[in-house]
Amino acid sequence: MKFVDEYRDQAKAESLAQTIARITTKPWSIMEVCGGQTHSIVKYGIDELLPKYITLLHGPGCPVCVTPLELIDKALQIAARPEVIFCSFGDMLRVPGSGGDLFSVKAKGADVRIVYSPLDALKIARDNPLRQVVFFAVGFETTAPANAMAVFQAQAQKIPNFSVLVSHVLVPPAIEAILSAPDNRTQGFLAAGHVCTVMGFEEYLPLARKYHVPIVVTGFEPVDILQGILMCVEQLEQGRAEVENQYARSVQREGNRPAQELMARVFRVVARKWRGVGEIPNSGYSLREEFAAYDAEARFGVAGYHVDEDSECISGQVLRGVKKPQECPAFGTRCTPERPLGATMVSSEGACAAYYQYRRHEQTSIAAEKRS
Amino acid sequence: MCLAVPGKILDVSGSDTSRTGTVSFGGVSKEACLTFVPEAKVGDYVLVHAGFAISVVDEAEAAQTLEYFRQIGELGELEEKP
Amino acid sequence: MADKSDLPFMVSCPAPITNQDFVTLAHGGGGRMMHSLLERVVIPAFGNQPLESRHDGAVMKIDKGRLAFTTDSYVVHPLFFPGGDIGTLAVTGTVNDLAMCGARPLCLSAGFILEEGLPISTLERVVASMAHAAKAAKVNIVTGDTKVVDRGKGDGLFVNTAGIGIVEHDLVIAPTSVRPGDAILLSGDVGRHGVAIMAVREGLQFETTIETDCAPLPDPVLALLAAGIEVHCLRDLTRGGLATTLIEIAESSRLHVGIRERDIAIEENVCGACEILGLDPLYLANEGRFVAFVPGAQAERALQILRGHPVSATAVRIGAVSESPAALVTLQSRIGTKRILDMHSGEQLPRIC
Repeated sequence: MKFVDEYRDQAKAESLAQTIARITTKPWSIMEVCGGQTHSIVKYGIDELLPKYITLLHGPGCPVCVTPLELIDKALQIAARPEVIFCSFGDMLRVPGSGGDLFSVKAKGADVRIVYSPLDALKIARDNPLRQVVFFAVGFETTAPANAMAVFQAQAQKIPNFSVLVSHVLVPPAIEAILSAPDNRTQGFLAAGHVCTVMGFEEYLPLARKYHVPIVVTGFEPVDILQGILMCVEQLEQGRAEVENQYARSVQREGNRPAQELMARVFRVVARKWRGVGEIPNSGYSLREEFAAYDAEARFGVAGYHVDEDSECISGQVLRGVKKPQECPAFGTRCTPERPLGATMVSSEGACAAYYQYRRHEQTSIAAEKRS
Repeated sequence: MCLAVPGKILDVSGSDTSRTGTVSFGGVSKEACLTFVPEAKVGDYVLVHAGFAISVVDEAEAAQTLEYFRQIGELGELEEKP
Repeated sequence: MADKSDLPFMVSCPAPITNQDFVTLAHGGGGRMMHSLLERVVIPAFGNQPLESRHDGAVMKIDKGRLAFTTDSYVVHPLFFPGGDIGTLAVTGTVNDLAMCGARPLCLSAGFILEEGLPISTLERVVASMAHAAKAAKVNIVTGDTKVVDRGKGDGLFVNTAGIGIVEHDLVIAPTSVRPGDAILLSGDVGRHGVAIMAVREGLQFETTIETDCAPLPDPVLALLAAGIEVHCLRDLTRGGLATTLIEIAESSRLHVGIRERDIAIEENVCGACEILGLDPLYLANEGRFVAFVPGAQAERALQILRGHPVSATAVRIGAVSESPAALVTLQSRIGTKRILDMHSGEQLPRIC
């Protein structure tokens, strides 16, 4: 496939890895923010190609993982209602709430459907005027234009039986939360290439300056990630802290203006709770007043309740790059993809799930080793 | 986040918020909304996420990146020679 | 409404219904309606001597040797998908399981569980597919059974097929026969069936249709055996795909299976579909593909034989067996790095993340 295969090329990957090894003189910790990048790093064994000096940390780049527990519970409540057709991206189906997940609710008879696009959910609403169709609008800024369009079209086409359960989160506030934490270890960032395709990268300039960290907008294929790491290491070795763009074939400085305009029309920025991290101000989207009628939380009266997380789950620390999955005492034993304690083990982008699938056999749980 | 896949636009129809196109991904075609890439035309490659094109692939930039890889590959070979 | 299956003959019903377009509970009742269903729909489609004797079971003569026996139930949803249906799978799947024992398929049974309300035309289509697939696989469906369940208790139609085959060789074809140094051969490209089903089931329609790869496998397997290839293990790649199949064999044999990603062929349109849906083709179901473990020295010859048959025309060597790390499968990725393949906990779902 064009624009895909070239970036999975062995020779290119090896020469980038060799160049990184040549220029690295000190240990550096670099965080990739996006779950898609985590997936690629673990799947292609990119950390194996890097010199031991470079540590890759996995950030909270998985909107599935950071969706708060109470929102999952609200989704389960809404989905269980007989008049509802609950539509969601496949990623959300196995994320555990307080008691069960969308998959188990579906098994009990709820009408839960996987859709590829929010417009598919809108079509289901048009085709089923007597049912209530609810779409689980999860995602980073990348998915916000699509979700905004679904709501916009619902209003324009006067489709009353459609609503969205919004769980959008924004990347720059998450990066700031990580950098400002006292136990922060991250010295450089790979910013999420598709988030920046929509948003551009201007909002990262003040972060790079304030915290003196290089930020490189990076793609998702192994060659993209290696090049992003190379650019980041070059900056670190040279003491620079700038925003650079590795993913120039898709990302422009100002991003996608038509998408941003529609997002601004439909959404407003609000504080959001991040599962495992806590509340971060100005880090999420909510529907604007004009579109409030399409808010599923209001329509189904499930607003405002609080749920406690499983105490053993350390996904918050994993999401901030402070701990690695294997350092969790429950990793691979009490917490597995079949019986996850937290979202980082369920979502295929979650660091714990990625490590479980690809790396479990290589290293026994470090905690288990320490005990023996 | 997030899965966005490059595909080639085969045809375009509609306009504004109803502008859509058939996009081919290695031979499999799927409809995508092209509202966010008003400049995109038949023959262009776009990145598609959740049924929406979010950017037009800048082929010149892509070529430049690949050229860069070729150069560092050669540089690597030069430096390895005794 | 009284349950019609209680009535001994339709004649006593004041308004006899003779022309049925839908399966009703009466069709499972053993009475005239069930006989009518069998006579009208099932027996003519499968037409063979043992079946036409309409006895409780089929009796056949066999030469000396060992028997292979297998069974599988088919509950696929949707019933119809590009390139096939539940009937095609039900026959081909069981025929292929016999082939994986190195057996020449002899005959099949077919058990139907029909949901009340199933259109008879659907059953006719499925039965026709089964007849067609049986002909392609050179087997007869010689006995069977039909039951009807209440509306809501079945997914339209379930099929069970059991198969008997004759084993004409002396090999033990099983994971326990796998040895270090064995070559791993893959009969063709992977992922097609899984994508075909996923596309229909999730309503993810593509403008280009990807068809299932469902096909009978006895011919190439019997050819390998006839040529004297010392086949150690065979497995067809059904649920869970190539990755799961290899993991199962590695775990059963307690040996190490090493494969190279670049040697595994995936059709470009299957790649495209997998990219869009976020699926890993190595874990997708196939219905007409298998792996063969043969001694390394015989690999080239085995490949030549496989490539002489349409269903395995693109057979390749994808890796080798070694001692360690034991019970694990290692994949060398396209960029040269290695990772261990693990089982997925459940079925893959399309994703956007």
